[in-house]
Amino acid sequence: MERHFDEELTRLNEKLLSMARLVEESVALAVKGLKERHEEFGRDVLEREQDVNLLEIEIDELCMKLLALRQPVASDLRFITSAMKIAGELERVGDLAVNIAEVSLELLKVPLLKPLIDIPRMASIAQSMVKDSLNAFVNRDEKLARSVCERDDEVDCLNDQIFRELLTYMISDPSTINRAVGLILIGRHLERIADHATNIGEDVIYLVLGKTIKHHIEEIRREQETP
Amino acid sequence: MDITPKIETRDLNFYYGRSQVLKSINLVCAEHHVTAIIGPSGCGKSTFIRTFNRMNDVIPGARVEGQILLDGENINLPAVDVVELRRRVGMVFQKPNPFPKSIFDNVASGLRINGIKDRAMIEDAVEKSLKEAVLWDEVKDRLRENAFALSGGQQQRLCIARALAVKPEAILFDEPCSAIDPVATAKIEDLIIKLKKNYTVVIVTHNMQQAARVSDYTAFLMLGDLIEFDKTEKIFTNPAKRLTEDYITGRFG
Repeated sequence: MERHFDEELTRLNEKLLSMARLVEESVALAVKGLKERHEEFGRDVLEREQDVNLLEIEIDELCMKLLALRQPVASDLRFITSAMKIAGELERVGDLAVNIAEVSLELLKVPLLKPLIDIPRMASIAQSMVKDSLNAFVNRDEKLARSVCERDDEVDCLNDQIFRELLTYMISDPSTINRAVGLILIGRHLERIADHATNIGEDVIYLVLGKTIKHHIEEIRREQETP
Repeated sequence: MDITPKIETRDLNFYYGRSQVLKSINLVCAEHHVTAIIGPSGCGKSTFIRTFNRMNDVIPGARVEGQILLDGENINLPAVDVVELRRRVGMVFQKPNPFPKSIFDNVASGLRINGIKDRAMIEDAVEKSLKEAVLWDEVKDRLRENAFALSGGQQQRLCIARALAVKPEAILFDEPCSAIDPVATAKIEDLIIKLKKNYTVVIVTHNMQQAARVSDYTAFLMLGDLIEFDKTEKIFTNPAKRLTEDYITGRFG
């Protein structure tokens, strides 16, 4: 039976998807700007930030309204609470895209320290994680959500590797510190983007199964139960 | 999970004439907990809890099969003293049904039926029951007034006090708030949660939010079948059965 409530939930879903689309584009533009060393892309990212922020607030307000007026239960409740959390994660991803764009714009003023190899690899994994976490949300695909969470370790490893490599540059030639720190920061921002994608993946799993997998909670609880 | 079964049904079937109203229901109502029974109209909710104190006995053509255990003893046997059973398992109905008597006599009536004559003892029990039903402060100066002078919500709490006066072990609520306003409903709901400390409570309700607010366990019945029974928080966040999900989210029909 079609409910009037379903129309409101569809509206919430659409808002979340437009926010997701904007954020995904921001990340793509930020990475493109870094790789192609082009000012225009970075500027585009900065312009999008405001729209992302506004959508986050609209989504929050809509969720609060639905919670207060509809007192949702079961899958409706899980959808609305997940939407609130996912909007928060997306807003953070949007911010990180801005951070990457800002550093990239600074790095444009100086020659490249070294050819970028690991950072683009990391960026493409982080981007695929964001994309897949959102596809998992759209299709309520718990398996895809899990695969996003599994990719997080790979990004963490790359980030450590980038840090170690740049450290050697800085130790051997302190005049590289400025540029190396910029790249380290970008690595760090990408790593955080992957973390947020992982959180979205976990939210999707909760949405679909009603089961929390965050912080390896299942293992922790099992250990607590067996004395 | 540490629970003691207070009321338990085993393969409970119920028939009105040839139509089967309850189909092989197995359910445990835990002691000192609130169990809510939800489901669409005509699913057998009221019939189900009425088997717990044999209120269906008087209905012509009604037939019960299976076991209904109270503290592990089957009460669905001819030898069971029904008056004593109903003292142990009290009931509060949809519409407040005070007797056309004073407030005091309403609460005292169960005691008198049970043969208690000592005036001081009755007075003591009436005060205690009215306090337990959170009505004492509102009526202590007008105990001799007719019970019909009370508001609907107060009448319902009076009926709860009347049920408590005979020291029952379990109380069955059959849609206790459907005839009263939201403020009075909130008071009764608060009271139900308090009562579980000393009693076992079973409540039938049409109001899903009410089940969610007051109960520890929820049973969902449909067309005489027990579809799902679980902790209330589980039922309302992540029900296991599609039918339960459709019913509680209003997708039914």
